[in-house]
Amino acid sequence: MLQIKVPTVGESINEVTLAKWNKKTGDFVEMDELICELESDKATFELNAETAGILHTKCAEGDTLKIGDLLAEIDTDAKRPEGAVKPAAKPAEAKAPAAAPVNVPSNTTYASGTPAPAAQKILAEKGINPAQVVGSGKDGRITKFDALKAELKVVSNEVKSREDRVEKMTSLRKTVSKRLLAAKNETAMLTTFNEVDMKPIMDLRNQYKNKFKETHGVNLGFMSFFTKAVCVALQEFPAVNAYLNGEEIIYHNYCDVSIAVSAPKGLVVPVIRNAEALSLAEIEAEVMRLAVKARENKLSIEEMTGGTFTITNGGVFGSMLSTPIINPPQSAILGMHNIVERAVVQNGQIVIRPIMYVALSYDHRIIDGRESVGFLVKVKQCLENPTLLLTQGTDPNKLLLGI
Amino acid sequence: MKYDVTVIGSGPGGYVAAIRCAQLGFKTALIEKYNTLGGTCLNVGCIPSKALLDSSEHFHNAGHTFKAHGIDIKELEVNLPQMIERKNGVVKITCDGIDFLMKKNKIDVYKGLGSFVNKNTIKVSGETEQQIETDKVIIATGSKPSTLPGLTIDKDRIITSTEALNMKEIPKHLIIIGGGVIGLELGSVYARLGSKVSVIEYTNTIIPTMDGTLSKELQRSLRKLGFEFFFSHKVKSAKSDGKMVTVTADNEKGEEVTFSGDYCLVSVGRKAYTAGLNLEAAGVVLDERGRIATNHHLETNIQGIYAIGDVVKGAMLAHKAEEEGVFVAETMAGQKPHINYNLIPGVVYTWPEVAGVGATEEELKKSGKKYKVGSFPMRALGRARASMDIDGLVKILADEETDEVLGVHMIGPRVADLIAEAVVAMEFRASAEDIARMSHAHPTYAEAVKEAALAATGNRAIHV
Repeated sequence: MLQIKVPTVGESINEVTLAKWNKKTGDFVEMDELICELESDKATFELNAETAGILHTKCAEGDTLKIGDLLAEIDTDAKRPEGAVKPAAKPAEAKAPAAAPVNVPSNTTYASGTPAPAAQKILAEKGINPAQVVGSGKDGRITKFDALKAELKVVSNEVKSREDRVEKMTSLRKTVSKRLLAAKNETAMLTTFNEVDMKPIMDLRNQYKNKFKETHGVNLGFMSFFTKAVCVALQEFPAVNAYLNGEEIIYHNYCDVSIAVSAPKGLVVPVIRNAEALSLAEIEAEVMRLAVKARENKLSIEEMTGGTFTITNGGVFGSMLSTPIINPPQSAILGMHNIVERAVVQNGQIVIRPIMYVALSYDHRIIDGRESVGFLVKVKQCLENPTLLLTQGTDPNKLLLGI
Repeated sequence: MKYDVTVIGSGPGGYVAAIRCAQLGFKTALIEKYNTLGGTCLNVGCIPSKALLDSSEHFHNAGHTFKAHGIDIKELEVNLPQMIERKNGVVKITCDGIDFLMKKNKIDVYKGLGSFVNKNTIKVSGETEQQIETDKVIIATGSKPSTLPGLTIDKDRIITSTEALNMKEIPKHLIIIGGGVIGLELGSVYARLGSKVSVIEYTNTIIPTMDGTLSKELQRSLRKLGFEFFFSHKVKSAKSDGKMVTVTADNEKGEEVTFSGDYCLVSVGRKAYTAGLNLEAAGVVLDERGRIATNHHLETNIQGIYAIGDVVKGAMLAHKAEEEGVFVAETMAGQKPHINYNLIPGVVYTWPEVAGVGATEEELKKSGKKYKVGSFPMRALGRARASMDIDGLVKILADEETDEVLGVHMIGPRVADLIAEAVVAMEFRASAEDIARMSHAHPTYAEAVKEAALAATGNRAIHV
């Protein structure tokens, strides 16, 4: 008997709700097969069987459980039931989709997929689950040659496969889908665009990145400049930093900037608190800290909630231009894109400059066109004249002259 | 000297492990405390007992079936010293064969008692004393005959299988305590040579771990040979006056009964043998039954020290030990071998021979599994009648729904060889019909397997 307990799912999560049993008591589960879905107030987690055996559930759907509580037991001594065909391996786990079985025999028997003794050893050593191998032997038995070929198949998939795969949406995917659709349907969302000449920032970086790293111990990236520029613009256009709540508008006198980060289980948006009060180095350090935690799935719920504005960077994946979707209850989101050398006209001359297109999607219900466009222009100005970040966007000369 | 692997014990588990280690490129040492390699199996077990079983069976046939075959012999008599000497010759050739295999595989053989100094150092105490360093160790020290409380084995009149293989005379009345494989095989030898044989057994059956049909059939055959069985008897003592042995036991009613014979063979099982290994120095622990405790990789509680064969859990069979020897060697080399313990056949070399693999009918009944039975008698085979070996049958148990073969049980001539077909079939999870549809040469004993498979498939054996 192997006990399955509620695993630690996040730093500040103490309780989870058992959303759904995907298997029931008495079912034979394969190793790594999905057995249940757990929900916290923020996200959904899937739990897979640690070993193969007969499942005995120890709690019911809807139960609230503490971390470490007993969820289920797996009887590892139980034999795989006769006649039950091992489930096709989760293709998502397969290294290459080409490994998916082809020409699956339709008349499977109790012996289908049984590896011959030599085949069993070869597959174990290759780390291939016999369920992933289509046996060519009698009644679908896996022969030694099948096992020897098993790896090659991934590389040389000569047979063109035309099969559809139906897979149930995970609860996490369902939540994401619901929220995105709601943001589309329940806001008056539109997008304004602009372009940024990245040369000044790139020059600055090239000149000082070593010194910066030496002084602050973090790399100087673009994220700190964008965050800082956004904070300057948010303070000039408070509606962009506001929430719409029924018939009220909630203004924030602080800028909590959510940063979209690609994590193993999907997109997460950790928050940089009071970004307006942080230096470039402090922002870089915070971005680094949150990104590392995101990649290790260690972000706490608290670290992912309560942002007032979001920055998303599709540029890292090569996007030229896109229209991001607002992250409710926030009212606007800035989309960064890739930096491409383009021919632009400056002072009557065609020059080559590193250009990034930027996009601001906003909720027109509370943000007027003047504000949104003004906001994006402000961001552009701050990025093209980084010293403006020091003066909260005011022309330093005017500041000097007191006008 | 420093070795990658040191094997302690040169029985069928140990020497096979050593060869596989050498094949895999390990620098290998083998330690044996006796003068000859091969362990119990080659020296005082499987091989010598088969030699005597075959000799005595020839004698038995000469006296009982030759006449019918048209061979008349006058003044037939046993030359026991020659029989023992031929047996010793067989043992010597077989043991020399192991010496050759060790040389061929460049395995260093150390003669002497191997004992741990620490987990990587082993002292060999033989004619000289030396220490060898080793990265890994395989313990393959096997087992020794066990005894009962109240019984002192004097190796003269009250003997174990070892002495029974080197008798100076044919017992007039051999009392055998224990109706297991060893007792029945050695009892057969002397029953054929003319001894009166009495088997005293604690349970109510012989070969209790095998399918009930087999023990019933074997009992019948042995009774024909002159065996007498006393079941549900609890032996309390055995005393020898130098000429006669008196065995006292309680019968099934609790009444005291005595047996008197000139020899008493104690064959009540074997126990794991670890004496002299000094396991404490390495920190290796035993289980509650005195066997070396191992995990599913056959590794002991100490990393790098493995144990195989009779000294660990499982059936005490040479072929089980061999599989484990290969398994451990390959595991140490990073491979991922597997042993299907359910498919290690059990065999008894009486005549008729007995063999079985997979689930017994009793086990299937207990598990509640629905199964079909197909049975075929040897006497219906042309081959059996031609050789006058008509005792026995083959029984195949198959899943009622899937027809998968779940167990195969046989008694008859050469079934210890025939069982291999069943093991192959079951390793590949063949159905009874699969076996039934394969061509079996005619006329052979193996036809009984095909016919039993036909019977199990759908009660359609051809020749009954």
